[in-house]
Amino acid sequence: MLKKNAPLVTLSNCGVFRSNRWLVRDVSFAIHPGEIVTLIGPNGSGKSTTAKMALSILKPDQGSVERCRGLKVSYVPQKLQIDWTLPLTVERFMHLTGKISDAEQRDAMKATGVTHLGNAEVRTLSGGEFQRVLLARAIARKPDLLVLDEPVQGVDFSGEIALYDLIKEIRDDLGCGILLISHDLHVVMAATDRVICLNGHVCCSGSPKAVASSEEYKTLFGGRAASTLAVYEHAHDHTHLPDGRVQHSDGTITDHCHAEDGHHDHVHNHGHASDVGHVGGNSTTRKKEERNA
Amino acid sequence: MLDDFFSRAIIAGIGVALIAGPLGCFIVWRRLAYFGDTLSHAALLGVALAFLFEINITLAVFGVSACVSIALLMLQRNASLSSDALLGLLSHSALALGLVVLAFMTWVRMDLMGFLFGDILAVSKMDIAIIWLGGALVFGILIAIWRSLFAATVNRELAEAEGMNPDRANMIFMLLMAAVIAISMKIVGVLLITAMLIIPAATARRLSSSPEQMALLAACIGSIAVIGGLFGSLEWDTPAGPSIVVGALFAFIISLIVVPLAGWRSRLKTNNNSSDLNKGSQL
Repeated sequence: MLKKNAPLVTLSNCGVFRSNRWLVRDVSFAIHPGEIVTLIGPNGSGKSTTAKMALSILKPDQGSVERCRGLKVSYVPQKLQIDWTLPLTVERFMHLTGKISDAEQRDAMKATGVTHLGNAEVRTLSGGEFQRVLLARAIARKPDLLVLDEPVQGVDFSGEIALYDLIKEIRDDLGCGILLISHDLHVVMAATDRVICLNGHVCCSGSPKAVASSEEYKTLFGGRAASTLAVYEHAHDHTHLPDGRVQHSDGTITDHCHAEDGHHDHVHNHGHASDVGHVGGNSTTRKKEERNA
Repeated sequence: MLDDFFSRAIIAGIGVALIAGPLGCFIVWRRLAYFGDTLSHAALLGVALAFLFEINITLAVFGVSACVSIALLMLQRNASLSSDALLGLLSHSALALGLVVLAFMTWVRMDLMGFLFGDILAVSKMDIAIIWLGGALVFGILIAIWRSLFAATVNRELAEAEGMNPDRANMIFMLLMAAVIAISMKIVGVLLITAMLIIPAATARRLSSSPEQMALLAACIGSIAVIGGLFGSLEWDTPAGPSIVVGALFAFIISLIVVPLAGWRSRLKTNNNSSDLNKGSQL
């Protein structure tokens, strides 16, 4: 069994050299159980390459990768094409790399909202549906380490936030370590314990807020990007009550938010995003507010 | 009943069809049709070497096919040529080498046509034993590596990340292919082995909804093609090997007609129940 709190995967000074250039080099970090580590960076900055080193798909040409013994891994790759010659239903796909019980399958498919697709052929799914199926398959395995390469690509706006919430829930339920890759700079979830900003090397790392305000980050993505970076988090200083009024952290209730209510450097949450089954106009308006804030 | 050449042919043919079906599915899924051709062309080199060194033909064919598979794997890793170019290179080099080696051995009088198109009506009890025992061994190994081979077929990186060891599965699969080519060469011949691998699998694709079902169906369809082809060849005095392949082709054509009909019927049904579909849970 896995030792508690020992790192699941440790990368020390890892690099990959291909076609006369370093795709990525000098990357060091560790993922512990119950920790969400997010990799961000521009295209070609080595995010997927780094994840593949952590997964042992790519052997590092420099440095070393240490994995805990008996580590159970689930992987949601960035691209997965199913050939039309393969007769593959969603239910069969759920069992692709190992047996899972019916209950595990049902729960995972329910959590990502794909219960109704059980008998559908995988290649007939839309991009967003397939992404949810991939995520369902990954969590049904109850992994120790979950590696998600752009897990919300193609998922609609409101679904995206629900899935990010789900990822946090998975971490809380399974206590697994999660390595998340995102190019979506605007929504770096606050549930992330550590953000590692890559650009061929580790450009900066730390808590989401620390990275967003760091000089390296601003140089890499430009001041504008930094100012629009929305750190999506649950900690907020006010709550929107069902009747539309606003309750502040000091207990006072007003009709509207004030300008200074948590709109400075992060985005507030109206408190219903954790409701995974909820799809509504509110999430969209919330996003708009984030942009304007 | 094994004393009758016709029963022997049917038993041997079914043995080949049962194992060619499931392996053929992987050939279809992985788009390796040309790989089957390459191995069977290389088989001719195996035959030539068997005559040269006076060893068992089946063993020699297996050895040469296995070497070609491994050469392909290594070239794919190191050379900067695409897979189909590599396969073309290996396929025709092996075929040409085989013909050259045969030409050197002026003392060997052999029937090249027998190897190109097979001689199923001449199978011996020994051949049947090799086909069924070899086939059972291949089948057992295939079942053992099924999950990892299938996962590697869907996505190599996913399989690798989740501990399925796809490289080992691929290597074993190529050796199984070499074995099947070796044991079935006598039945349908070098030129038509690929047909036994691909046509039943392609037919099964249209009728199945899961990979396991497709493998099973391919084995059944291949067996039916063998029986139909052999009886047809007896009836109309046509060459046995090609008749079997024509039988498989008929099965494929029938599946082309049957499946759209079934689809049309299920569409009618779905239209009647479409209101139920909209009730599915949504995120």
